[in-house]
Amino acid sequence: MTVSAPDLAAETAETAETAAPEKAARRLPRLPLLVAGTLLVALAALALGRYTVPPNEMVRLLAGQFLPVGETWTAQEETVVLDVRLPRVLLSLLVGGALALGGAALQGVFRNPLVSPDVIGVASGASFGGVLALLLGLGSFAVVGGAFGFGLLALAVVMLIGRLNSGSPILMIVLGGTVTGAFFTALVSFAKYVADPESELPSIVFWLLGSLATATYAKALTAAVPILLGAAVVLALRWRLNVLSLGDDDATALGVPPRLTRGLLLCAVALMTAGSVAVAGLVGWVGLVVPHLARLWAGSDHRVQLPAAFLLGGAYLTVIDTLSRTVTAAEMPLGILTAVIGAPFFIALLARSRDRMWSQ
Amino acid sequence: MIEARGLGHRYTKDRWIFRGVDVTAAEGRVLAVLGPNGRGKSTLLRLLAGLAAPTEGTVTASAPVAYVPQSHSAAFAYSVADMVLMGRSRHLKAYATPGRRDRELAAEALERVGITHMADRSYAELSGGEQQMTLIARALAAQCRVMVLDEPVSALDLRNQARVLTLLQELAASGLGIVLTTHHPDHALHLADDAVLVLGPDDVRVGPAAELLDAGALGELYGLPVSTAVVDGPRGPRVTVVPDLGPARTALASEPPSDLASDPAADRAPAPAPALAPDPAPTSGRQEAPA
Repeated sequence: MTVSAPDLAAETAETAETAAPEKAARRLPRLPLLVAGTLLVALAALALGRYTVPPNEMVRLLAGQFLPVGETWTAQEETVVLDVRLPRVLLSLLVGGALALGGAALQGVFRNPLVSPDVIGVASGASFGGVLALLLGLGSFAVVGGAFGFGLLALAVVMLIGRLNSGSPILMIVLGGTVTGAFFTALVSFAKYVADPESELPSIVFWLLGSLATATYAKALTAAVPILLGAAVVLALRWRLNVLSLGDDDATALGVPPRLTRGLLLCAVALMTAGSVAVAGLVGWVGLVVPHLARLWAGSDHRVQLPAAFLLGGAYLTVIDTLSRTVTAAEMPLGILTAVIGAPFFIALLARSRDRMWSQ
Repeated sequence: MIEARGLGHRYTKDRWIFRGVDVTAAEGRVLAVLGPNGRGKSTLLRLLAGLAAPTEGTVTASAPVAYVPQSHSAAFAYSVADMVLMGRSRHLKAYATPGRRDRELAAEALERVGITHMADRSYAELSGGEQQMTLIARALAAQCRVMVLDEPVSALDLRNQARVLTLLQELAASGLGIVLTTHHPDHALHLADDAVLVLGPDDVRVGPAAELLDAGALGELYGLPVSTAVVDGPRGPRVTVVPDLGPARTALASEPPSDLASDPAADRAPAPAPALAPDPAPTSGRQEAPA
């Protein structure tokens, strides 16, 4: 048997031809484009609704808040745009961004593209907190506080379960999240069961279906603090998330402490999720669908994918929320629309991009 | 340099994996760790790489050490350039992303491994050998002086094994320390200056590869009859390890070597030697190659 020395140069030269120089062209202009697109969506959402404000009036109206512009708009238009729609659009940008960014971060942390913020049980915990406040008739401030508190409680439980078996922390966190989520979902069912079917039950059901209909600036601010704080942490760790997604061994070898990094990211995602549920109820699917869209658009590198997910998530939820208040006379709950639109959309995404988005 | 003194490790209270191991991995030298499955090869490697703390004894690294895992699939489709860039993470602040200097070092590492042309390809789509080369480049980007590799050729076909082994030869010749685990005694004979044989918890032998890797020790190590033979390799005679694999079904080897003479390929001069050729004299240590 004669084996000549491997001709390394020839083989490498072959593959050189097939390498596509697509990366540099792909990366740079995407985020600014996305920022512009998201702003456009937000402006359109401000103009649209049962009371349509002409675009030029709307732009003048917004500019008039900061610049000396002649007042050509009516007081009614000003109320609709500034007091009703603007806080709502701000909320949908924040909540959609938070859910999508949270989903994208968790998909990286768990190295699994089928993960969304629901898997760590925080959303279920937060929803129970809100339901409990509604059941006890404590008012909207308590709903927000309860959702937030129980969301973080759920995270603490999941982290504790994760410590039970130090050998496979990721598996334990996923299992812990599933168990914790199921536990709080059962508590929510119990709360519904004992709720007064005339008064409390409808408010619980509507809140759980998710809605931004009662948006105010106070709510927007309440959501903005935890969401922006969590988003800042996640976005700051965007490079480390790349390393962490290679596995704990690789991360350790590359100087990124896996437990600490993962813990920080989970806390940040829990903060964002709890903040979202507190003001908007349970809005599913955004955290699963949008990260895939972001990966398709911006690639797997979390440096670009994470900000893209935040922007896309905001735009996506703003579009859906605008649909929910314009398509039918009676407003459609958000949670229903995100699922009805999200599910087929997700399947289409899977069919299109299975090979490019992740590998097994 | 990595110096381990009195190294011992156990996962459960009553069972030591190994104890009292003294081993040194020096720059410019290749250290091969051999042993049967489950005897603690990888554990020893992880301790040397600083990935885990030993139960007893000390590991002192006086130069930057990088660990190269077995080639594995990544969950997401990162580019080869980004994978190599991740080697820079240790040098970055927690919230920072790689800058220009990091990209330059990553580009140098790609160049040194000879995979610059693959920079924009997706790591997930590479062959096992190409993935291993990428992971080696990643370790180089970390500016290590000693590279610790876990079974770098285990999952590779022959051609890719040769690529990776040649690259490791070259890196060692340029002054890098190489520590690797392997299931191939032949590779250890071919490549290593020093060897570690993990025979049992209280029997870990350390010494020059050429002295340590004889038929007797290897037979004891793997628990089966082993003989060594000098064969006519493509680059001249070399020692190879022949384990007793049981009765053979096919008797290819019994064909007389005169067949080779009629093979036109055998008459050809050896293929144009790569800049750094594998050592034709396996037991005498590594060939001195230009850096």
